[in-house]
Amino acid sequence: MTKKEYDNIPGTIVFDADRSREGYHLNQFCISLRLQKNRDAFNENEEVYLDSYPMSRQQREAVLLRDWNLLLELGGNIYYTSKLAANDGINFQNLAGRMTGMGVDSYREMMIKGGRSIEGNRDKSEWGED
Amino acid sequence: MAKIMAGVGCSHVPAIGVAMDTGITNDDYWKPIFDGFNRSREWMKKQNPDVIFLVYNDHCTAFDARCIPTFALGCGAEFHPADEGWGPRPVPAVKNHQKMASHIAQYLVLNEFDITIMNEMEVDHGLTVPLSVMFGNIKQNEEWPALVIPLCVNVVQYPAPTGNRCYNLGKAIRSAIESYEEDLKVVIFGTGGMSHQLQYKRAGLINSEWDKRFLDLMTEDPIAASQITHLEYLRETGSEGIEMVMWLIMRGALNENVTEVHRHYHVPASNTAVGHIILENN
Repeated sequence: MTKKEYDNIPGTIVFDADRSREGYHLNQFCISLRLQKNRDAFNENEEVYLDSYPMSRQQREAVLLRDWNLLLELGGNIYYTSKLAANDGINFQNLAGRMTGMGVDSYREMMIKGGRSIEGNRDKSEWGED
Repeated sequence: MAKIMAGVGCSHVPAIGVAMDTGITNDDYWKPIFDGFNRSREWMKKQNPDVIFLVYNDHCTAFDARCIPTFALGCGAEFHPADEGWGPRPVPAVKNHQKMASHIAQYLVLNEFDITIMNEMEVDHGLTVPLSVMFGNIKQNEEWPALVIPLCVNVVQYPAPTGNRCYNLGKAIRSAIESYEEDLKVVIFGTGGMSHQLQYKRAGLINSEWDKRFLDLMTEDPIAASQITHLEYLRETGSEGIEMVMWLIMRGALNENVTEVHRHYHVPASNTAVGHIILENN
């Protein structure tokens, strides 16, 4: 795939057309959980509910495992996956705590102290990544 | 004729709505955030606008992945708060000034801004949180003190419209509003931001220095602000910081020279830097 100008921003997945295409059914599943009747049906039987969304096996597994970062890597977008999180009682901040690998408490503490600095977080090379 | 009196820039963090709806705005975490809006609420009472033109983004509520309009103008009679996954906010439905909204839609299309017209649309925290912070607690059985024309902007799927496009759209919206024959006071809101990243391993990014410079540019040099690239927003302000292009629509609808009457900046509200500015037309 052609390199995109934002590809070297570390720890960031830009939800562009390629991601959107890959994640379409995954995201449509997630957004269905916006409504209580769908949350009820999903919570009653996750596997059966997921059968109506033709997502990839890997995406389906990531949903069942609640692998929040993998969901994004497979085309999910945070405004969609956050609906799955909300269904589980996880708010945006606690979800971020999980995605960063910091855990909820350390993440909250970092935010209270002013958040993650931009210094050292502009380019993948600063993270020791390509 | 209708007239734009002022512009308001304001973050729209969902947790701010939750804090208001659950009555915890006075606790240590939230108080400094809400204290910064005390003056704004006084100011809103004095302005007493007839109509608020509110630029916001939908968070996959009215527009999921099936349909992603870059600019969508609410032309329906009213818009109800949506269930975003944790129940609808207990705030009133938003009532439109339908005739003015249709006038704006027509004006924009004839002036080559080909916007989408929405006659049915639920609205999410992107729209209701700025109204709540600016008006204070309004109960579900009451009414918002002003009519609201919503303009919804895609900032979820890359690319959002450019800052330059947004700035020019703001100018066209101003001409549209000020060619409407009824004598109405209008305030325009640009919402979202400031620096924040909600997703993946860099979540929690905040760039206060950048944000403060952006607030300075809003007052002093909006043309420079309109030239900020998508790459700069993504890198410097986090993947969700790109919402700030919506402030440029508000700014484009004001005079080049404005008076900054209020500013508030606080970190954090949940994952986000809260920024707020009030600019009056000179």
